Amino acid sequence: MGSHGIKDRVAIVGMGCTSFGERFDTGLDDLLVDASNQAFASAGTNKDAVDAYWFGTAQSGMSGITLARPLQLNQKPVTRVENFCATGSEALRQAAYAVASGAYDIAMAVGAEKVKDSGYAGLNAFPVPNDGTARTLTAAAMFSMVAPAYASKYGIDEEQLRQVLARIAWKNHYNGARNPRAQFRREMSIETICASPRVAGPLGILDCAGVADGAAAAIVVRAEDAHRFCEKPLYIKALSFVAGNGSGLIDPDYDYTHFPEVEATARDAYAQAGITDPRKELAMAEVHDCFTPTELVLMEDLGFAQRGTAWQDILDGTFDLQGDLPVNPDGGLKSFGHPVGASGLRMVFEAWLQLRGEAPEDRRIANDRTLALTHNLGGYPGEMVSFVSILGTELS
Amino acid sequence: MRGIVSAAGYVPYRRLQRSEIRDVFGSGGGKGTRSVASYDEDTTTMGTAAARLALRSVPTASVDAIWFATTAPAYLDKTNATAIHAAARLDNNAVALDLGGAIRSGVGALRIALDGSGSCLVVCADSRTGLPTSPDESAGGDAAAALLVGDEGDGSLIAEFIGAGAATDEFLDRWRTPGNDRSRSWEERFGETKYVPLGIGAWQAALKSAGIVPEDVDRVVVAGMHTRAVKALVKKLGARDGAINDDLTSSVGNPGAAQAGLLLTSALEAATPGEVIALVVLADGADVLLFRTTDKISGFTATRSIEDQIATASDLPYPKFLTWRSMVTIEPPRRPEPARVSASAAGRSEDWKFGFVGSRDRSTGTLYLPPSRVSMTGSVDNMEPAPMADIDATIVTFTIDRLAYSPSPPIVFAVVDFDGGGRFPVELTDVDPADVKIGDRLEMTFRRLSSADGIHNYFWKARPKRSAGTITNSNDGVA
Repeated sequence: MGSHGIKDRVAIVGMGCTSFGERFDTGLDDLLVDASNQAFASAGTNKDAVDAYWFGTAQSGMSGITLARPLQLNQKPVTRVENFCATGSEALRQAAYAVASGAYDIAMAVGAEKVKDSGYAGLNAFPVPNDGTARTLTAAAMFSMVAPAYASKYGIDEEQLRQVLARIAWKNHYNGARNPRAQFRREMSIETICASPRVAGPLGILDCAGVADGAAAAIVVRAEDAHRFCEKPLYIKALSFVAGNGSGLIDPDYDYTHFPEVEATARDAYAQAGITDPRKELAMAEVHDCFTPTELVLMEDLGFAQRGTAWQDILDGTFDLQGDLPVNPDGGLKSFGHPVGASGLRMVFEAWLQLRGEAPEDRRIANDRTLALTHNLGGYPGEMVSFVSILGTELS
Repeated sequence: MRGIVSAAGYVPYRRLQRSEIRDVFGSGGGKGTRSVASYDEDTTTMGTAAARLALRSVPTASVDAIWFATTAPAYLDKTNATAIHAAARLDNNAVALDLGGAIRSGVGALRIALDGSGSCLVVCADSRTGLPTSPDESAGGDAAAALLVGDEGDGSLIAEFIGAGAATDEFLDRWRTPGNDRSRSWEERFGETKYVPLGIGAWQAALKSAGIVPEDVDRVVVAGMHTRAVKALVKKLGARDGAINDDLTSSVGNPGAAQAGLLLTSALEAATPGEVIALVVLADGADVLLFRTTDKISGFTATRSIEDQIATASDLPYPKFLTWRSMVTIEPPRRPEPARVSASAAGRSEDWKFGFVGSRDRSTGTLYLPPSRVSMTGSVDNMEPAPMADIDATIVTFTIDRLAYSPSPPIVFAVVDFDGGGRFPVELTDVDPADVKIGDRLEMTFRRLSSADGIHNYFWKARPKRSAGTITNSNDGVA
């Protein structure tokens, strides 16, 4: 028994990502073709050369055929995967393990979501026939309970916490404003964020990530083959995933100030990658900032800050674009937008751009470290799935 | 000898100030208040609340049958008493029947139980409404009552059934066609001329059957939709001064088929040993039931008295009342409406969904809501049922969800810890968002969450635990 990971055995050699947003003029098929073609071009390969596909979508389609038909994949194994909002990460994880196993030479992960065709704001899960006793709360409401819990545990007053949360949204809007693919490309003042209409608990509309249409894709090969495809591959150092058992919902000891599933994936991923001081070793991180309090708590769960101190680091600018450890340099879910099946791969796409020096100059991170972390979660406090990857430009 | 073993009333938390009707429309209304069922209550949930209260006073009582009477059934064809039966966790060899349609079925269920055998839980619930400004709108009320009827044999009666009288006549005073929630009535003088002699006839027959005279009656409660006939009859009963009890119309209103049960319960709650109580009901004829309280009445403790429930109420703004009664349709939240409940899935989880029974790990004591076969520590099928409906809880944290679909947004949602251990995230009801605080005490309540495809989704919510002295009034932000 043990989680050993596949450190340095698989490399990402090509990626693509569409712009995210209200793509009312673009269907799922077009999003899939656009993201995939970008990835093929970036790896200098084509759809026939790819041996197997993993397609992540939460609810925009079912089965591998949803990808195979628009791409006209000829007699290829295509697997549709779903794991809540970590669906895109799950597609990458499956493709990478397939290559690591030796089953395939070249695999591709594609994630996409056509959220905006539902006619409703926000995310809406399709109903599985059930006994009618499940909660019908929105994600915003579930995550909103984190804010007062954190404030009371660490003795922060309401107004101070409001500033901390606004600072997170401000940063991600600042970064997103410099990202041509992002859904929201406007900087937002702290005052505007604080004054936005309440949607759930203390959270205003500007504390919430945007939901968007979009797609992203990654091509993976064995590490030793990477240079046949690209000059600067991204090596997979760690992939970790946990599906929670819902214990937080019924455990009286759970206090809504941390996410055990995230802590577990962080521990596992750091062990796989051999990281002992993430704050100093990582060049950047993309984290699942679905709501501002989520990012606050993630800074501690991922070991970027000591318990009870992340709020201070946030106010100090530690996680700003030019801070000690840039977090969500692409604008995060907050302003890049959240097409559920694509988001995990979108996070990897930012690592792909930043670590390889291809990010636009006005949002390029400054440090010369070589490792990036992506963190993707789905579900709610108390009952969530969590994914952490570590990616790097150097073989160790 | 048959009689009453336990009794409880249920009056919803909200009140409509009748004067508000006139303020809005320039007509209608009146003095005092009427009770208003919450948007998530119906006659089944109110009946369940009354049934649970009545059974909590006599935890060891067995129930052979449950008879549910209402003029506003949540379902036709399908029996509604089965949901009350399930929520009260009665034995599955008990009979559950609906007696429906007419207002007289309320006192009728009680008669049948008193004339029958075995231990029978009579549940009456009603929700009365009418067009805006109508007398029915302001005079009506929403409430329920539950009376457990049984035999003297086990010495458990709080009141013995000592006599009855009845009268029946076919005449048109008040009527409503199926599917219509507006009642109609004939010019009231005609009804009065019919009802008063019928009432006197039944009254005399009842006194004769009990071998007593009017002066022997200590308490009289008179129920009936025909207010004028009720008043006229009261004057002709020959009852002692002060024997006529408050009919609760100035606070609760007239809850139709539940009125007889509610008034009898109210009389029992006030009674001392050896009192003769008369229940007089005018509905398409007249029924008079006579009881004599036993010594047990002094030891009988209502789980929550009607008086207490009347005292702990909160005003509902009239526009909200109109939307809750579907008299006014307001813009719904722009979120998908809930899907219909799966009959088979609900059937499998009857204990959980209707009875709020979780499971408790025998080895660690950990509570699982919903029930689980496997524990967090790894043991399998080492669980015992954990009935949680009667356990109070405390708010650990909460939030207000302004986005989620609700028939009456916003949703107030809390993470709660039960007394004695166990946690559950649950929706709150009968609450004003601004009043919720961490540490607030809650009790569980059986409610209708939503309806889709004509299927009502019943499950449990939590509501603030209140007792007299905590009267609150609020005119905005009603959840």
